[in-house]
Amino acid sequence: MYRSHVLVCGGTGCTSSGTPKVLEALNKEIKKASLEKEVSVVQTGCHGLCALGPIIVIYPEATFYSMVKPEDVPEIVNEHLLKGRIVTRLVYDETVTEEGITSINETNFYKKQHRIALRNCGVINPESIDEYIATNGYEALGLALTKYTPEQVIQIILDSGLRGRGGGGFPTGLKWKLAKGNDADQKYVCCNADEGDPGAFMDRSVLEGDPHVVLEAMAIAGYAIGASMGYIYIRAEYPIAVDRLTIAINQAREYGLLGNNIFGTDFNFDIELRLGAGAFVCGEETALLTSIEGNRGEPRPRPPFPAQKGLFQKPTILNNVETYANIPPIILNGSDWFSSMGTEKAKGTKVFALGGKINNTGLVEIPMGTTLREVVEEIGGGIPGGKKFKAAQTGGPSGGCIPSSHYDIPIDYDNLLEIGSMMGSGGLIVMDEENCMVDIAKFFLEFTVDESCGKCTPCRVGTKRLYEILEKITAGNGTMEDLDKLEVLCKYIHENSLCGLGQSAPNPVLSTLHFFKDEYIAHVVDRKCPAGVCKALLSYVIEADLCKGCTLCSRSCPSDAISGKVKEAHVIDQNKCIKCGVCKDKCRFGAISIR
Amino acid sequence: MKSLEELKAIRETMQAQMGLRKEDSNQTRIVVGMATCGIASGARPVLVALSDIIQEKGLTNVMVTQTGCIGLCQYEPIVEIVEPGKDKVTYVNMTPEKALEVVDQHIVRGQIVSKYTISEMIG
Repeated sequence: MYRSHVLVCGGTGCTSSGTPKVLEALNKEIKKASLEKEVSVVQTGCHGLCALGPIIVIYPEATFYSMVKPEDVPEIVNEHLLKGRIVTRLVYDETVTEEGITSINETNFYKKQHRIALRNCGVINPESIDEYIATNGYEALGLALTKYTPEQVIQIILDSGLRGRGGGGFPTGLKWKLAKGNDADQKYVCCNADEGDPGAFMDRSVLEGDPHVVLEAMAIAGYAIGASMGYIYIRAEYPIAVDRLTIAINQAREYGLLGNNIFGTDFNFDIELRLGAGAFVCGEETALLTSIEGNRGEPRPRPPFPAQKGLFQKPTILNNVETYANIPPIILNGSDWFSSMGTEKAKGTKVFALGGKINNTGLVEIPMGTTLREVVEEIGGGIPGGKKFKAAQTGGPSGGCIPSSHYDIPIDYDNLLEIGSMMGSGGLIVMDEENCMVDIAKFFLEFTVDESCGKCTPCRVGTKRLYEILEKITAGNGTMEDLDKLEVLCKYIHENSLCGLGQSAPNPVLSTLHFFKDEYIAHVVDRKCPAGVCKALLSYVIEADLCKGCTLCSRSCPSDAISGKVKEAHVIDQNKCIKCGVCKDKCRFGAISIR
Repeated sequence: MKSLEELKAIRETMQAQMGLRKEDSNQTRIVVGMATCGIASGARPVLVALSDIIQEKGLTNVMVTQTGCIGLCQYEPIVEIVEPGKDKVTYVNMTPEKALEVVDQHIVRGQIVSKYTISEMIG
C-alpha cells in the first residue's frame, strides 16, 4: 500500500525534454530516503501542457510540478514526500495564487477543457491494464457483449452523433451500419494511427497514455459489425506508442479480453499491429488498407468503399484513434450524454494540438463549438511577446487558414469547411504578424509535393507546378498572371486527383489567396514581403544615425558583408549579404532594420 | 475474462489504491505532522499505518496527507482529521496502534476518540 503516488509524464513531449533522467533521479532519491514502500512512482501519458515538461503530479495533494530538472528532484523528495512541504518554486505558476496553491483544473489551460478522449491521459499508468479497469475500462465491452445486440450498439453510436475525428467527419455509426449490412465470411476492424499531419499529435498521445481504450473500442466495433480480427496501422516513428500498444495487447490477451469467448460469450476478437514506414498518403483509407495487405501504399478509386470491399476484399471499417477513444464512454454513459455536448451538427469534443506562436503549446480537448478566440487567448494563453493574432492554420497540409476576421468562429466541421479550411485531424498552428502567408502556403505545398505518391498525374505534377509558382512569387519574380494561374491549377488539382491527398492539397494556397490576396500582390507588384520572411525580398540596412560603430555586427557577419571603422556608422554591402539576420539579432542599439 | 463480476472485482481492488488520485473537495483529510519534530517522534510509521488502513478498507473519500510543524513539538506525532463542514479534531502522541483505533472509531463510526485528543491531553 502506498501513501503517495508520484505521476511522471512519459509522453513523447516530456520524454524528449528529460523525463528519463528525472525518473532515474526520482527512484534514486526515494530509495535514499527509504520511501520506496510508501511512495509509488507511476509513468503516465501526456498531460497536454507539453511546453512545460517534464511534468510531475504528486497525489494525494495533486500538486502539479512543471519543468522539473533532475537536480530539482532531491528537493521534491526531501521536502514534499518526506516532510509534506510543497516546493512552491517548482509548482506550475498558474496554480499558485494568493490563497495558496489551487487545483490544476482551475487554471486557464484546463478550466475550459472537457476531456473525454484524453480522460485517462496523465491519470493512469498506460502499462497497467488494472489501472485502466479501475477507471471503468472494459466495462463498456462487457456491457455491449452481454446486454446489447450488435444492432443496439450501432444505434447508440448513431444516436450519439459521433463523427470521424480523423478529418472527414463521416458519421461513425453510419460507417458501422454499412459494414454490418454487407454479408461476408470475414470482416475487419482497422484503426488508423498513421497520424501524418505536421503538428498533430493527439492520436499518439491517446495511444501513449491510454492504449487499452483503443483495443476496447475496436472489440466493440468488431462485435457490432461481426468481425473477429482487427489491425492497428501505426507509424513506426511512434516508438513509445508502439511499445505501449504491444504491452496492452499482450495484457488484454492474458486477461481474456482479446481472444476467444470474451466475457463468456461466443464472441472472438484479436488485434495485430502493422507498422507504417511513414508515408503521408498511407493515412488515406484505401492506401492504408493496401499497405496492410503488404503492397505499396497507394490509394485506389472509390467505390467500392471499404465497408463493401476493404481489406483483403472483405467488408472493413477504418476509424481514427481519437474516434475510438470516444466509443467506450458513449456506451457507458449513453448517446444522450454525448449528444448533449457540442453543436447541432457536431457532437462531443475535439482534441487540438496547439502549436506555432502560442504560449501553451500542447494538447487541448474542447467541446465542439468553442470559438477560436477562446482556444487561442484563454486556453492557449495568447501569443508570446504580445504580438497580434494574424491567422490559424487548421487541418495541416489539407486544410486552410482562419484569418482574424473569423476569430470568433465556433469550431466545428461545417463552419471550418464553409470558410475554406477543414477540421482535419486537429493540428492548430497559430500565426502572428511575423508569419508570411505566401511562405506558409509554400511550406505546406513542399510537404505535399514530397508526400504525393505519384499514382495520379494531377497530384504528382500539379502540386509540383503549384510549388514552383509559389517559389517564383516568394523569390520576387511573380506576375499577376501567376496568381490567376495558381487559382486555375488549384481547381484542376482539386477536381481531378484520385484521393484526398491531392484533392485537398490546394487548400492552403486557395485559402491564403482568398484571405490574404493583398500579401500575394505585395510580393508580386511591390516586390515586398510585408511580414519580413521571404529573404529574396528583404534587405538589411544600417540606420546611420543609430549606429554607434561598435563593430559587433561586422565581426558577427558570416559573409563579411559589413564594413566600417570603429565609432563610425557601418554599411552593409547588399551584394555580399546573405540575409541571415545575425547582425540584427546582435545589434544592441536597434540600428539594423529590414526593408 | 468470463464475466462482468470478474471485471468488477479487479476494478474495486484497484480503485481503492487509485482513490489517492481523486480530486474532490468533499474528501475527509487526515493530516500527519511530518516536520523534523514529527519524524523524530515517529510520525513516519503512523503515516504509513494510516494510508495502509484507508486503502485496505477502501475508504476512497478519505485522503492522508502531510503537513509541517504546528508548534506543539512535544505532543508529536500529531494527526489532524478535517471533515468537510465539521470542526478540525487534533490527536496527539500518536502511535500506529492508536492511529488504527482512530480510523476505526472516528472515520468509520463517526465517534471522536476523545482520550487521544489535544484538549484531553493539555486542557
